[in-house]
Order: sequence, then structure tokens, then C-alpha cells
Amino acid sequence: MDLPTFLIQLLNAVQYGLLLFLVASGLTLIFGIMGVINLAHGAFYMVGAYLAFALTGLTGNLLFAILLGIPLAFAFGALLEWLLYAHLYKRDHLEQVLLTYGLILIFEEGRSLLFGDDVHGVDVPALFAASIPLTDTLSYPVYRLVISAACIALAAGLFLLIRRTKLGMVIRAGSHDRDMVQALGIDIDRTYRIVFALGVALAAFGGMLAAPVSSVYPGMGNQVLIISFVVVVIGGIGSVTGALVASLVIGLADTFGKVLVPEYAGLAVYLVMAAVLLWRPEGIFRRG
Amino acid sequence: MRLRASRVALLVAAVAVIAFPFTDSAFYTELLAKAMILAIFALSLDLLVGYTGLVSFGHAAYFGIGAYATVLLAPKYDPASLWLVLPGAVVAAGLAALVIGLFVLRTRGIYFIMVTLAFAQMVFYVFHDTGLGGGSDGIYLNFKPSAAIGSLQPFDLGEARQQCWFVAALLFLTWWFLARLLESPFGRAIVGIRSNEQRMRALGFATVRYKLAAFAIAGALAGLAGSLYAILFGFVTPELLSWHQSGNVLLMVILGGIGSLAGSVGGAFAFVAMQEVFSGWTKHWQLLMGGVIVAAVLFLPGGLAALPGRVRRAFGAGGG
Repeated sequence: MDLPTFLIQLLNAVQYGLLLFLVASGLTLIFGIMGVINLAHGAFYMVGAYLAFALTGLTGNLLFAILLGIPLAFAFGALLEWLLYAHLYKRDHLEQVLLTYGLILIFEEGRSLLFGDDVHGVDVPALFAASIPLTDTLSYPVYRLVISAACIALAAGLFLLIRRTKLGMVIRAGSHDRDMVQALGIDIDRTYRIVFALGVALAAFGGMLAAPVSSVYPGMGNQVLIISFVVVVIGGIGSVTGALVASLVIGLADTFGKVLVPEYAGLAVYLVMAAVLLWRPEGIFRRG
Repeated sequence: MRLRASRVALLVAAVAVIAFPFTDSAFYTELLAKAMILAIFALSLDLLVGYTGLVSFGHAAYFGIGAYATVLLAPKYDPASLWLVLPGAVVAAGLAALVIGLFVLRTRGIYFIMVTLAFAQMVFYVFHDTGLGGGSDGIYLNFKPSAAIGSLQPFDLGEARQQCWFVAALLFLTWWFLARLLESPFGRAIVGIRSNEQRMRALGFATVRYKLAAFAIAGALAGLAGSLYAILFGFVTPELLSWHQSGNVLLMVILGGIGSLAGSVGGAFAFVAMQEVFSGWTKHWQLLMGGVIVAAVLFLPGGLAALPGRVRRAFGAGGG
């Protein structure tokens, strides 16, 4: 592999890893704080991508679509939490798995009813449609760099939110002892709703960003969900730092797996997971 | 009283299963066989979920390995021997479960759910991406396996009725085997692990070994179901190992009520019935299935197996 190719693959790996982080961070927060295993989290990524597709058709530009789509996704998440997920916190994992599995079926068929089963494309916004030439024949699209930059900004924002704000303090406290936080007069139900809606918005944002690169297709959420599980297992449940590191590791393993051993690329990610399980079964960044 | 009622119900069900293929409806005979195969699959998962307390979300992997092993062990241009492919599939699935179990049993709780799913997905990619089993197109079983032992031909799987009875016999055997297993010291130990693993360890049980054994047995039985599925339909695709399959079998077990062997069988039948009815109504039948699942979790805790008790309580309260 020559240098420009390596560089391109490296950038792709980082960009893919960062996108995964958007999904996995919400997943790990919802696990870590509410103790809910949310199989439908991949569906929110899909919802984001289809929102981007529909709203881009409506407004003519992906950027407007994203600006409109994020509050929509947040509201959608808050509504779902109130309607369904709030009933799950005290149930066991089995029932959580079952209910969220049912939700996946509903979301997939809803998608099929509304948009059909075809693959749809979304245009890159004109502002970022250029490419940076690397050699005579190779160039790198600006939009992919924009994806990475947006994800990095969001990751930084998320860390600030959790480490430096009052809400973040409640979130961290709530993940340790829900009843104690409640006894201190804090409305933990409201906090849960915000965290859940935030997770949904993050996943949907990931889907919106990815829409022009990966296009919009049936089953796209499930693929992301399972890889995000791997990320959470490697990173450790509830650890946003772990999710970030693990996302990048998986991004690298997947991308370079595809380049180096194409036939076994699907396996690379799982082999990394198996190795981590042997080494640290509780994930790399699990506290305690 | 209650025991007798359930025995009568079992007897009625057994007679119905034996008598049904005489109705000469090829479609429903095949459907019945499919439901019974899925019942074996659900029973195998219930051993893990209901009795050992291990929520596996990757059980389709062993079903799929059993199905693929059946096809791959069979010669291309001759009928295979049933007495080779069926045990072969069971052993292959059991061994796979043993190896994967070594990894997944290092985790617990939510981790266990995710890791079993991830390993199942890994197995899915082995069959989907490599040429081992025809890739994403799947692979045909060209001939029904022959049950011949030497020159003796005890039954013929090519005949739909006999095939259905053969499946029924294996369902009964699986049920009986699990019931006996659960009464054995081993069964008592795994149920103990489900209720309090810490205490079982303190009592001197090597709990991980027990869990691993349960995981391997469940995998082997799922492999049996997969093998029968391949024989029934003569065709296997990676879809058999997909996580939808894992989700569906979990649904059957929970629908029937976990920790109840009869419940698992009932759950599998209820699932197949729902699938038939819904897909007859609309091609978007998964929407209805999803709705049923969500409603079942919210309004029917304990599954179908808990229904008689609930009804009795409701009537008892009504009658004073």
C-alpha cells in the first residue's frame, strides 16, 4: 500500500469510527444510566437517514434537513421515552430485549410502508461538494472531512456536557444511585427523558450525516446497531470515553480489514471483540 | 387436578399431531412439521433463558450451523444417510456452542446479550461472505437423507406424512430429554445458578462449567432443529443464522412463558400461527408482529403459560 492510499484509508477509518461513536455513545449512555438495553437504537440511525432523505427532498439542501431533523429526532425520542421506555426501567433485560425487538420490526415495516424498499441517494450539500486532490489520480472528498469534524465537535460537546454542567452532574450521579438522586429532590424522570432523547438525536444525526456517503437503504440501522454493540462491549458499558476509543479501534479494524483481507473483512471486527473479551471481559474502560 | 388437565391436554395434542397428516393437506402437514421444528429450537433456548438464566440473543447461530452441517455433510449426487447427517449436525452445533461459550460466558447480564448477538453475527458472516456454504445465495440439499440401515428401510422422509411423524418423534424425545435433564442433579444445579450463582459457587459448584455444559447442550439441540429444518425444506441460506431468527426464537420462548417446557412448545406454535395469519392479511405483517410483541411485554408479563393462572385468579376473584 502506498502512502496516499494508506492516508485515504486512514481518514476513512477515522470517519467511520467517529460516525459509530455517535450511535454507540447514546447506546452506552442509555445502558449505563437507565440500565436499558435498547435494540432499537440502530433504528434511530435509520430514522435519521430517512429524515435526511425526506427533508432534503423538501428543502433542497441537506444542511437545512439536518437543522430541521435534529429537533424532530429529539422530540421523537422524548415521546418514545414517555410512551414506552419509561415503563422498561424496572423490568428485566429479557423484557427490554423483547419490546425493543418489537420496535425494530415496527420501524422497519413503517419505513417500508412510507419509503418502499429501494435504495435512495442523498446529495452532498453544494458547499462541501469539492474534493481535495492528493495525487494525479487520487483525491479526497471534502464532505467526509466535514463528517469527521462535525463528529469531533459533537464528541467534545458531549464530554463538556457530562463533565462540566449541572445536567451532567445529575446524569453521572443518577447512573450510580437513582433513588438517592431522587431523594435529593432532583426530577430524575426528566433527566432520563433528556438523556434518552439526546441518545436518539445523536444516532439520528449520525444517520443524517452518513446519508450522502452510504446512501439510504433498508436494514441500514441493524448493521450499525450490532457493530455499536461490539463498540460498547469493547469500551465498557456507560463509558463515553470507552465508546470513543472503541469506535476508532473498530473503524480501523473494519476499514483495513476490508483493504487487506477482503474476504474475511466481516470477521475482523468480531475477532477484535473476542480478543478484548479474553483480555478484559468487562471492557477496557469499565470502572470498578 | 391441574396435573390431570395438563396431561389430558398433552394427550389431545399428541393425538392431533399423529392424526393431522391424514387430512392430506400437504401445505398444512409441512407447516405442522415446521412448527414442531421451531418448537425444538425454542425448547433448546428455554434451557438457557428459562432454566440457567442466560439470555442468549444469538441462538440462531447453532440452528444455522446445524442446518449447514446437514447440507455440507451430504454427498452432492446421492442421498446422505440420515444416521450420519443428523448426529453430525448436532455435534457440529454443540462443538460450536462449546467454543463460543468459552468466550461469551466470561460476561454476564447486558454484556452477555450483546456478546452472544455479536458472535452469532460473526458466524453469519462466515457463511455469508466466504464460499464455505454458497455465500449469500445459500445452498441446496439435493436429496432427502435416507433412513436406511443396511437393507432395512424403517421409514421414508421423502413421504410428507412420515417426515412429519419423524419430526414429532424428535420433538417428543427432546421434550422428554429436557424434562429428565431438569430433574437430574445437573438440572437442579443450573436452576440454582439462575436463582443465585454466588451461593452455588459458595456451595462448591464450578458454576462456569455447568453454564458451559448447558450452553453446549442448548446449542446441540438447536443444531438438531436446524438439521431437521434443512431436511424439511432442502435449502439453507445465511438468513437462518440472522439475528431476526435469534429474535424470533426468543420471542417464542417469552411468548410461551420462560421456564416452562410446554410454554416453549406453545410459544413456537403461536408464533407460526401468527406468522401465517398476519402474512395472509398483508405483506407488511412484521408491523403487526411488532405490535403484538410490544403489547405482550406491556400487558402480558409471564407469557401464555401464565395465562391460565391469571384467568383463574380473575374468575376466582369474581366468584368471591
